[in-house]
Amino acid sequence: MVQEDQVLDARGLNCPLPILRTKKALGELTSGQVLKIVATDPGAVKDFEAFSKQTKNPLLEHAEAAGEFVFFIQKA
Amino acid sequence: MDEKKLAIVATKGTLDWGYPPFILASTAAALGYSVEIFFTFYGLQLLKKDLSHLRVSPLGNPAMPMPVPMPTLMMVLPGMEGMATSMMKSKMKAKGVASLDELRELCVEAEVRMIACQMTVDLFEFDTADFIDGIELGGAAAFFEFAGESDITLFI
Repeated sequence: MVQEDQVLDARGLNCPLPILRTKKALGELTSGQVLKIVATDPGAVKDFEAFSKQTKNPLLEHAEAAGEFVFFIQKA
Repeated sequence: MDEKKLAIVATKGTLDWGYPPFILASTAAALGYSVEIFFTFYGLQLLKKDLSHLRVSPLGNPAMPMPVPMPTLMMVLPGMEGMATSMMKSKMKAKGVASLDELRELCVEAEVRMIACQMTVDLFEFDTADFIDGIELGGAAAFFEFAGESDITLFI
């Protein structure tokens, strides 16, 4: 299980806010730290994969439970 | 790796069409792109400090979902545009869609460069004092200076 350093609650937010808030939150972390994001936007799964790939911040893990999507992104 | 660049021409000044330029610009900036938006014709409305005047119209817009099917002739009635606009705004809020102000603010924070078309500013007699701070004025050649080096160019 990945351990997060900070949590971002993006529930109820729609595209592109979860990504924009994530970008901002990652900016406050140091390299190697992990951000956990909780979102409800079903488009978030593809968006977070694309965000991770393009920004080179590894997506360590993601899961879905009860309509909520959880992502763990490590700051590169 | 060199920084990627996105150039957008924003030409529409309705509430619905105000979204694509700011959504794409803010997201591209978050992905590390350097972004420039050139606002021309009705797109200049998106630069005003106060965006509350932006409307969406069901008239001539058959793709707009309405709660009750309505004949086109009804769409010209006074108050229809206001009704459609407030419906759209409350729906966006309920679905967690950002306001245009918020998205534009995120673009400003992400240092998206915004250029107002000088010719259309003069044509429509816009007062640049009504625009948000940090806007530059320029012409088509100024747009191409950036667009010519861009990886993606969009006309919206």
